[in-house]
Amino acid sequence: MEEEAFDAIIVGAGLAGCVAAYVLAKEGADVLVIERGNYAGSKNMTGGRLYAHSLEKIIPGFAKEAPVERKVTKEKVTFLTDDTGVTLDYHNGRSQTSTQESYTVLRGDFDQWLMAKAEEVGAQFITGIRVDELITKDGKVVGVNADGDELMANSVILAEGVNPVLGEKLGMVKPKVNADAMAVGAKELIELPKEVIQDRFNLSDDEGAAWLFAGSPSNGLMGGGFIYTNQTTVSLGIVCGLHDIGSSDKTVPQMLEDFKNHSIIKPLLEGGKLLEYSGHVVPEAGLNMVPKLVDDGVLITGDAAGFCLNIGYTVRGMDLAIASGEAAAKAVLTARENKDFSAQGLSSYQTLLEDSFVMKDLKLYKNLPAFMETPRIFNEYPKMVADIMESMFTVDGSESQPLRKTLMKHCKEVGYMNLIKDGIKGVTAI
Amino acid sequence: MTEKVNVDVKLGVNKFHVDEGHPHIILKDNPNMSEYRKLVNACPAGLYKLEDDGTIRFDSAGCLECGTCKFLCGDTILEKWEYPRGTFGIEYRYG
Repeated sequence: MEEEAFDAIIVGAGLAGCVAAYVLAKEGADVLVIERGNYAGSKNMTGGRLYAHSLEKIIPGFAKEAPVERKVTKEKVTFLTDDTGVTLDYHNGRSQTSTQESYTVLRGDFDQWLMAKAEEVGAQFITGIRVDELITKDGKVVGVNADGDELMANSVILAEGVNPVLGEKLGMVKPKVNADAMAVGAKELIELPKEVIQDRFNLSDDEGAAWLFAGSPSNGLMGGGFIYTNQTTVSLGIVCGLHDIGSSDKTVPQMLEDFKNHSIIKPLLEGGKLLEYSGHVVPEAGLNMVPKLVDDGVLITGDAAGFCLNIGYTVRGMDLAIASGEAAAKAVLTARENKDFSAQGLSSYQTLLEDSFVMKDLKLYKNLPAFMETPRIFNEYPKMVADIMESMFTVDGSESQPLRKTLMKHCKEVGYMNLIKDGIKGVTAI
Repeated sequence: MTEKVNVDVKLGVNKFHVDEGHPHIILKDNPNMSEYRKLVNACPAGLYKLEDDGTIRFDSAGCLECGTCKFLCGDTILEKWEYPRGTFGIEYRYG
């Protein structure tokens, strides 16, 4: 090893990258993060909600100093058709421990804060430089080529995001992941006065709402809509599976526009001002798309490794990214101690992940991505629930029917067998 | 349901540093049209446009760098897909 080589070069200053840098630098490792954007977070977006637990273990009490938006105390899930909505509303007024809490966040501010935390403990950052390729020697990654400069390192942590260009070049990530594995998200950030947001969403100071929608937002395709309330903005977006997008009669931006104009949503955003429009790919195949995670001199973390969980009523990626960044850093520290940065020397990354919630949860929900492909979830069921509600709440003087008959009539439209089949499949996948 | 969306207006509020003369996405000369139509639907920035006369129009300047086109269609459409050079491209102020 050359004297001047870094213990680790990290590609990408997102959550996985910044956390890995923080953990490494804190233990005295020589670490450099290279980010192609002008600042950490400048290329990043989220829905978004951060489940605190994984970062809380690394930086206890982080939410007190980090630029989080609101603590989520309200959960809503709505089945939406073009002109109806049936909502489950859960308000949590119970106290939670710091590892149970979750926060709405905006990544521009949040990632810069995390980068500053890593810098405080000695990590170095370069922004505005793109890593063009990895330097390999005898099949081992030994550094990076960034804008013409060669920088050497004992290990490289790829935290380059959902589109892992470098991981693909290396052959660790399959270059064209099946589009089934991917969804695309689009989001508008809409500014409203703080008091207006709190009034419209029934929130107290610093409390926030997380609201997911299934059905019409994704035009009947796998996916859905979301709203997250921030301090003075609302994040409104949709996510739509890519595998059937060719047959959709709506474009993704049109889906978002229609969702925004839905009669449930529109009054909530009245008078709001668009501050930013963003897009992102979501890795949705869970365990099925996790690539080779470690090789000689290199580890893959976060979205680049496909670490994402869509369970329907919760969507998680950032807490997995943070935990994988930490695991990668710990593996590099072990390798540094043993002076062995080979795949074998770094293999504790895999073990740490296996022993953590990251791989355990991915395994638990491994059948869920396939279940989510069931089109009935996004078409027939929202309609069925709306029809049942309409029957229950409409009084027009015509002869009333026993409730069970009403229920059965609407269930029959979907098909009892389908209901039973999807019920069993759904319950066993979760 | 509602009016046709104008994505360009939405992109207009974003901050972009366009790398003039160095497009980071280049389409093939004769892209497969059924693949292209997928991208007309999927691209969140609406960059893959299809004119009324059937001709295609694409400009990478409003790209959100999400990679959808690369994942979905890969080399059936794309001659080149890379991230913009350092400092260039979309700059999320909020994210």
